[in-house]
This record gives sequence, structure tokens and C-alpha cells, in this order.
Amino acid sequence: MSAKAKKILVVSSHAPYGKSTARESLDAVLAASAYEQDLQLLFVGDGVFQLLKQQDTSATGAKNLAATLPVLPLYDINDIYVHQQSLDQRQLTAADLVLEVKCLDSRQVAALMDRQEIILSF
Amino acid sequence: MIFSLAIYGAPYSSQASDSAYRFATAALAGGHSIYRLFFYADGVHNATRLAAPPQDENNLPRAWRQLIEAHAIDSVVCIASALRRGIINGEEAERYGCDADNLAGGFEVSGLGQLLDAAVRCDRLITFGD
Repeated sequence: MSAKAKKILVVSSHAPYGKSTARESLDAVLAASAYEQDLQLLFVGDGVFQLLKQQDTSATGAKNLAATLPVLPLYDINDIYVHQQSLDQRQLTAADLVLEVKCLDSRQVAALMDRQEIILSF
Repeated sequence: MIFSLAIYGAPYSSQASDSAYRFATAALAGGHSIYRLFFYADGVHNATRLAAPPQDENNLPRAWRQLIEAHAIDSVVCIASALRRGIINGEEAERYGCDADNLAGGFEVSGLGQLLDAAVRCDRLITFGD
């Protein structure tokens, strides 16, 4: 692993259940946190549903993502972004989410992506 | 340019794996190099040696094997994704008491750190599948 930390953005755009992508993107984020890179996380599209409070997966047997997401700050992942328009389109607000996030409009999302060296897309 | 490819799609279920294969072939033909192939999530199904598709269809797992062998490409299957989906090598099969293994030659099982390592070390990491 190179000595200089690289700017890495993980983009998560899938709903939490129905497909393993959301859970596997979170696994990738947690693994990445061990490598001392400049790691940031962006939720867009249906990905914003991953952050909803009061998820109950007891009827489906799926692992509850809302229980895992609050550990992100413990892994030193504090730059967590949400696409505001994705929230608006789903009639959600930042108050509905389990984590403190920074909301970005589309122009700011583009600028965020522009600043990265590596984007991991899920 | 040095590429790494992250492949999330199973063969035959989505276009992802086929596109990744074609990209890898084209990149190598164009004089570029591939640092690593990382098979994640459903992408691990590309690494079975037991796929037996109909004769008139592409045998994608075999095509991957041949490409990996011909160019000695470092090819990693995510161990957590693989074990969940029944893609397993001899060592893990023994550890978990499975009665068979099916990981094709040329692939190794390792952790997500290999995806990060690939992202950091190569010029471009290209993701195939969602």
C-alpha cells in the first residue's frame, strides 16, 4: 500500500434490502477504513434508504443495516454525504436518518466526485 | 496504463462479467497491463470450475481462466462473498467440512483489502456490475 493517503469516495446507490449490494458496499467501506486512506461515503438514489431510522428486518431474516451504519464514525469515517435531491424525491429529510450526514445538491455532488482520486461505485 | 477491474456480476445473469472480460482482453491487446481482477459479490461465480453452459453459448468462466493463465493476471475472489455463495477452494472446504471444492485454478481467495490495494496502486479501477 502506498504511503500517501488517496482520496477515495464510495458511492452507494442501492436500497438496503432485496439485493446484497448495499450490505457489500458497507463491508467494503469498513474494510477500506483499515488502510488509512482519505475515505468518504456518498449515498445517492435509493441508497438513501439505507440510512433510514427504525429498520426492522425480523420478518425477512436479512441483517439490519441501520444497526451497522452507526459504527462508521468509530471507524474514523466522518465524511458521510447524502444527495439532497435523492432525499427530496423520496420525501425524506436528514432527520429521518440514523447518521449525521452532510447534504449536498447535485452541483456539490459533482464537485465532490471531481475532487477524488478513486471512486468505488456500488 | 495499469488497470484493475472489479467485477460484481455473475456470468449469464448480467452483462457485467462479459463486458469486464471484453474490456480486459482489449486492454491487454492495446498494450496496457492489468494489475488485478477482483471478483466481489455475485462476481465470485465467475471463478467456479464446474460451470457447464450449453455448447452454443460462451463459456465465460473458462474464458476467464484462459485469460488469467495466458497473462498471469493476479485474480482474487473475495473470501466473504465466495463462502456465502458456495465458491470454495480446497483449504476452505476442509476448514468448513464441505465435501467438495470448486474454485478454478488461477484464482485465489483473499479479503477486501485486495480491492483497496488495487484501487490505490493502479492508474484506473474500473467497476463492472452493480
